[in-house]
Amino acid sequence: MTHPIPPGTRDVLPDEMRELRALTDRLRAGFEDAGYGEVWTPSLEYEEVLKTGDDRAAGAGYRLFDEHGEVLAMRSDMTIPIARVVATRYGDSEPPFRFCYFAHAYREVQRGAGQQREFLQGGIELIGMTAPEGEAEVIALCLSALEQAGLRRHRLGVGDGQLYRHLLEAFEVPAERHLGLLEALSRRDLAGLEMRVSELGLGERERDLLVRLPQLRGGPEVLERADGPVADAVENLRVLNALLEERGVADRVIFDLGLVRELGYYTGAVFELYDPAVGFALGGGGRYDDLIGKFGRGLPACGIALDVQRVHMAQAAEERLQ
Amino acid sequence: MTPALTIAVPRGSLFMGTLDLLDRLGVETAEVRSNERKLLFGDAGVVTMRPSDVPTYVEHGAADIGITGKDVLLEQSEREVYELLDLGFGHCRMVVAAREGDDALGESLRRLGRVRVATKYPRIAARHFADTGRQAEIVEVKGSVELAPLTGLVDGIVDLTATGKTLSENHLEVVEEITACTARLIANPVAHKLKATEIDALVERIRSG
Repeated sequence: MTHPIPPGTRDVLPDEMRELRALTDRLRAGFEDAGYGEVWTPSLEYEEVLKTGDDRAAGAGYRLFDEHGEVLAMRSDMTIPIARVVATRYGDSEPPFRFCYFAHAYREVQRGAGQQREFLQGGIELIGMTAPEGEAEVIALCLSALEQAGLRRHRLGVGDGQLYRHLLEAFEVPAERHLGLLEALSRRDLAGLEMRVSELGLGERERDLLVRLPQLRGGPEVLERADGPVADAVENLRVLNALLEERGVADRVIFDLGLVRELGYYTGAVFELYDPAVGFALGGGGRYDDLIGKFGRGLPACGIALDVQRVHMAQAAEERLQ
Repeated sequence: MTPALTIAVPRGSLFMGTLDLLDRLGVETAEVRSNERKLLFGDAGVVTMRPSDVPTYVEHGAADIGITGKDVLLEQSEREVYELLDLGFGHCRMVVAAREGDDALGESLRRLGRVRVATKYPRIAARHFADTGRQAEIVEVKGSVELAPLTGLVDGIVDLTATGKTLSENHLEVVEEITACTARLIANPVAHKLKATEIDALVERIRSG
């Protein structure tokens, strides 16, 4: 007899579980050693509380009613619950706060391959530290934790989630055109982006920047090639690069001026993690300076979450190579 | 030597145009051209497949980049691949076509409140009729779509046409154009970051023609 489980969920049997456990133990040890204490929060939250953090409840896909008729939602990430914890449980404590977590999150499955309805995230949040020192700390920690986990070829992409928006505003592109352009960018439909930009009736320099800038990615030299209205944002990335050099991890970082993340609460730098063995990003994160303020305690913050199963794929591929 | 990039190449109508493009880029295609059955050409970094499989291989990173039609990308719009370039060859149109001389689509819509349409592109078709405010029953077929309206299975079809020859041979005519389609260059999101130099160089060489 076989009985189904919902698509995008999975059973884990002992051989795999042993490896997953060893992997999360190594990551956790790295995070704990750096002063990031582990937290647990409920899988179910009041939908209204998640919506305090993000209008779409960060894309929560599953809702149910409790015995009082309240709407509960399965959390779709750990960042909003931790923002709630900080405001609620650490209202009077002195920042910064450092937390790590290993927890399941739940999302609707809409898109292509590798999408999980229930997935295990391992991540860190650094609360109360501003840019770019906060970014440098979480990036360096995440990269070294992955190295401890046995990855050798991993890279982290850094961009600025607001960069393109700044550019559109600086060029006075009408607001109703923004959505289409940003959508084309987030799907990296570069052919479509170029077409939409050409319809805006801008000068050649503006047109060139709107098409070329989001394609700039590589070492710190790409920051030299970006100027104009985005000079401030790029300057922040340059300072970040210097801090990453001090920490000895700059060579693992790719500056990517077209990087955008789907979640709406990012206010500055955004991150994504890659390994050549896996066709999908291993995780991501960014800076969210407004999120905790929405829960009543205004603190700057940033964090990164890893998809543990994908990190496991990269780890397995790395072992095969050796 | 391992090639810098693995390229997913579509067999079928875009095959020759793609190989000509690869020739201009200095990729060795003689072996690909002379081998109908072989699928993997490791030395050239070329893997050949059906056009509709190209986004799958590229999304999973089994190929770094690939070439496929815009029709395939529209039909598989959930695929997480980057669309880098309109390659400008393989011009076709995605159209609604129906039997010549009668207004089967209009009549069905008026009298039955919906049209029935056969297609190999169920999502493009469903989206087109939804976008134009018409109720449609989409019938997915795998083989020759032209047969469906001739036998009375459906009122019309949604299909890709290059010259319109097959349509007119079957006494069908184009009643609406949905979109124009050309060959596109797509990339895996992770390869786009990790092999940025190689991919950018390739795009630049294609652009400069």
